[in-house]
Amino acid sequence: MPDAPVRPDQAHFFAADTELGLVDQVDETSAPTSLWADAWQNLRRRPLFWVSAALIALVLLVAAFPSMFTSLDPRFCELRNSLGEPTAGHPFGFDRQGCDIYARTIYGARASVATGVLTTLLVLIVGGIVGGVAGFYGGWFDSLLSRVTDIFFAIPLVLAAIVVMQMFKESRNILTVVLVLGIFGWPQLARVTRGAVVAVRHSEFVTAARALGASRLATLIRHVAPNASGPVIVTSTVALGTYIVAEATLSFLGIGLPPQITSWGADIAKAQTSLRSEPMVLFYPSAALALTVLSFIMMGDAVRDALDPKARTR
Amino acid sequence: MIPVEIDTQAPPLATTVEPLLRISDLEVSFATANGLVQAVRGVSLTVYPGQTVAIVGESGSGKSTTAHAVIGLLPGTGKVTGGTIEFGGVDITQADAKDMVALRGKEIGLVPQDPMSNLNPVWKVGFQVKEALRANGVATGSAATARANELLAEAGLRDAARRAKQYPHQFSGGMLQRALIAIGLAARPQLLIADEPTSALDVTVQRTVLDHLQGLTRELGTAVLFITHDLGLAAERADHLVVMYRGKVVESGPAREILADPSHPYTRRLVASAPSLASRRIQSAKERGVRSSELLTHAGDDGPSRRDDIISVEHLTRVFRLPGGRPGATRELTAVDDVTFAIPRGTTTALVGESGSGKSTVAKIVLNLLEPTSGRVLIDGTDVSTLDRRRLFDFRRRVQPIFQNPYGSLDPMYSIYRTIEEPLRIHGVGDKRTREARVRELLDLVALPASTMRRFPNELSGGQRQRIAIARALALEPEMIVCDEAVSALDVLVQAQVLTLLNDLQTELGLTYLFITHDLAVVRQIADEVCVMQDGRIVEAATTDEVFDHPREEYTRELLDAIPGARLAMTPDRGDPEPTDAAVL
Repeated sequence: MPDAPVRPDQAHFFAADTELGLVDQVDETSAPTSLWADAWQNLRRRPLFWVSAALIALVLLVAAFPSMFTSLDPRFCELRNSLGEPTAGHPFGFDRQGCDIYARTIYGARASVATGVLTTLLVLIVGGIVGGVAGFYGGWFDSLLSRVTDIFFAIPLVLAAIVVMQMFKESRNILTVVLVLGIFGWPQLARVTRGAVVAVRHSEFVTAARALGASRLATLIRHVAPNASGPVIVTSTVALGTYIVAEATLSFLGIGLPPQITSWGADIAKAQTSLRSEPMVLFYPSAALALTVLSFIMMGDAVRDALDPKARTR
Repeated sequence: MIPVEIDTQAPPLATTVEPLLRISDLEVSFATANGLVQAVRGVSLTVYPGQTVAIVGESGSGKSTTAHAVIGLLPGTGKVTGGTIEFGGVDITQADAKDMVALRGKEIGLVPQDPMSNLNPVWKVGFQVKEALRANGVATGSAATARANELLAEAGLRDAARRAKQYPHQFSGGMLQRALIAIGLAARPQLLIADEPTSALDVTVQRTVLDHLQGLTRELGTAVLFITHDLGLAAERADHLVVMYRGKVVESGPAREILADPSHPYTRRLVASAPSLASRRIQSAKERGVRSSELLTHAGDDGPSRRDDIISVEHLTRVFRLPGGRPGATRELTAVDDVTFAIPRGTTTALVGESGSGKSTVAKIVLNLLEPTSGRVLIDGTDVSTLDRRRLFDFRRRVQPIFQNPYGSLDPMYSIYRTIEEPLRIHGVGDKRTREARVRELLDLVALPASTMRRFPNELSGGQRQRIAIARALALEPEMIVCDEAVSALDVLVQAQVLTLLNDLQTELGLTYLFITHDLAVVRQIADEVCVMQDGRIVEAATTDEVFDHPREEYTRELLDAIPGARLAMTPDRGDPEPTDAAVL
C-alpha cells in the first residue's frame, strides 16, 4: 500500500476541531452499505415512517379482513333506522338507507384501498418507465412520447371512462376500474418523471459514470433514477387519494364499481343527499379516505427524505 | 493569535478624516439545529472614504458574512450577536428595517458574486438599472432611462442604449458583471461592497472588469470593500488587506507589507500557495518542475528521439450545428479547428484558453465522450474511434477524467464508498472484500481517513470532494487522467493542496495528465508543456518555461498578463520592474 503521509499543510483537515474531525471521532465504524440499506437504516429512525407504517398496516388489515373488525353486514339495511343516531353496537350511526355506517366504512376499505394502491402502482410502472426513458434518451423518441402524453391529457377522464367502461358493461369490477384510471392517469406521472430525469440527465456525475465505462441503461438505473425519485414519489402518493375519489365519481355515475361492492367513494357520493341534516354520514367515509391518503403521503415523504442524503438527519 | 491593532491603520488622506465604516468586535451567529454557530468572531476593521480594503480568506472564513452584516442582508437565521458596525458615525446594527432600506443602494452599494444569477432573466437589463435608480429616488421616468444608459456606458458597456434593451441571457458574463456594477453604483453610494465580483469570470475578462471598476470608483471617490479568496488579486486591487480565518481577523495591514512580510502562519501559507504569486516565484515552482523533468528524461531513457507518446491528437475538428434564426435553419460553429498535439508518457500537458476556446470539447473527444467531426485520437498508436465495444471498455480503464465541479461530478445519492467502488464494480475488479480494501487504499492515497467511506458528498468540502473524484479516477489504475478545470472551483489553499497531490501521484504512479484550464498561474505549477487555444485553434505550443518566459503570441501575453498579481512583480526586491506595456494590450 503506498504511503501517503499527512502533509503539514493538510493537517487542518483532520484536526479534531474541524467538523470532519469531530464526525470521524464518533463514526469510526466503516462497513459501507448500499443505497437501499442506508435508506432503510435512516428510515427506521424516523417517527413519521413508523406512524404512517402503522396506519397503512391498519388500513391494509381492515381491507383484507373486514370481518375481524365488525360482525355486522354492511348490506343489511333497515329503513326504520334511516339517519339514526349512534347507539350501542352502532358507534357511527346509520345512513339514509338505514345501513350501519361503521360496518360500511370497514367494508368500504377493500375496494377503495385496492383501487387506489393498484392504480398508483400501474401508473407508477407505466408513467415512470415512459417518462424516464423519454427524458433520458431524448430526441425523436421523447418528442413522440411527449405528444402521446399530450393527447391523453386532452381527453377528459370522466368522458373517456364512460366510453371505455361501456366495453366492460357486463364485467365491471375493481380491476377494470383500475385499468381505466391507469390508462388515463399515467400521462401526469410520465410528465413529472420526464421533468425530473431531464433535470438530472445532464449532471456531471452522469457524464462521469459514462466515462468510467457504465452503459447508458446502467447510468439511467443507477444514477438518474434514484436522483429523480423524489418528485415521482411525492406525485404518486398524492395521486393515490385522487384515484380513490375518481373511483367514487365513476361509481356515482353508475359506470364504476357495481352497487353491491361497498366503497368509500360510493358512500361519500351517496352521503351528499343528507349532507345538510346529517353531516356525520359524510364524515366517516371521508375521514377514512383522508386518513388512508395521509398515511401514504407521510410514507412517501419519509421514504423520499430517507433516500436523499441531504435530508437525512444524523 | 496575533493581536490586530486596528487603530494603527492610517487613513489614506489625512489623519483628521473620519472613518466611513468602522466595524468593531463584530460577532455573527447562525441558529442551527445544533444551537448557535458563530460565523464571525470579533472582527474589527475600518474603511476610510475613498479607500479600497480587501477581505481575504477561504470559503467559510466569514468574509462574505461580514460584508452581508454591513449591508443588513444576513441570510437565513444569521444575526449580529455582538459588536458594532458604524457607518458614517451611526451604529447600523441597531438600525430598523426602514433605515436599512434607505441605506442600501443609496449609501452602500453591492456588486454580488455570481453575475449569471443576480439579474432577473425576465426583465431587460436597462429596466433593472432603472429600478435601482427609482428605488433610491435618484431619477424617474425618461430621466431614469437616460441615466440608466449613462450608467451602463460608464460601467464600460459599449453601445449602452441598445444593450439596455436586451435581456440578461444576451449578455456575456463580463457584460453582466458590468451591468451589476452600474446597478451597484447607480445611486452613487459612498461605499461599494464587491463580493467576489469576478470569480465566475475568465482571467482576461476579470482583469478588464476590475480595471474599470477601479478607475470608476477612484474617479467617484467611492470606498470599496473588496471580498476575495485570491490573495494576489486582493493585493493588486486594494490598499489595505484584512485576512480572515475561521471567523477571525488574523492579520491586517497595507497590502504590500502583508505580502512581503506575512506574520500570521495562516497568511504565510496563503502567500505561499497563491498560484498567482507562486507563478512569479519561479524558484519554488521550479523545484517541482525539476522533478517532473527528471521524470521526463527518465521515461525517455533510450534517447530523446524516441518520444513515447501515450496519446496523440491529429487534426481534430469538431463542428456543432446550432439552431439558426429561422426554423429548420442551422448554423455551424467550429468549436475545435484542426487541433494537433501529443502527450509524452508520464508528463503533463496543459491546454489553456478562455471559455469558448474549445478546450473542454477537446477533452470530451479525448475521453471519447464526443465524436470528432474529423481528425483522430490515437492511444499508443491505435485510433480510438475504431475501437469496438469491448476495447472501448478497456480504453475507459486506461483514460480517466476528473471534472471541474466537485459539487456536480459526484452523485449526491452515492456514499463515498459507492462512488469510489463504482468503477471497480463496473469493470468487475475483485470481489466485495478486495474492492473494499482497494477503496481504503485509494482514500489513503488521496490523504482522506477511511471513515470518509460512509459519508455523502454534501457533507464534504470542495477540496475533499475533489480528492474523492481523484480517488475514483485512480481506482482502475489508469495511465492517463484528463483534468477538465479540475482545480478551478477550489479556494487557493485547497487548490494548492490538490495540485501537490496530483503532482505527487504523478511521480508515484507515473501518470500522464492532460490538464485543461483557463488559469495560466496553475499551469506554471503543474505542466511540462502548454498548448494555448483560442477560438478552437492551438495558437501556441511549447514547454511551460518557454511560454512563460518568451511568449510568442500576443494572445498568450494577454493571458499571462491577466494573471492576478502578475503586476505585483514590481516589488523592489524582485529587481527590475516589468515594463507596463500591459496597459497597452
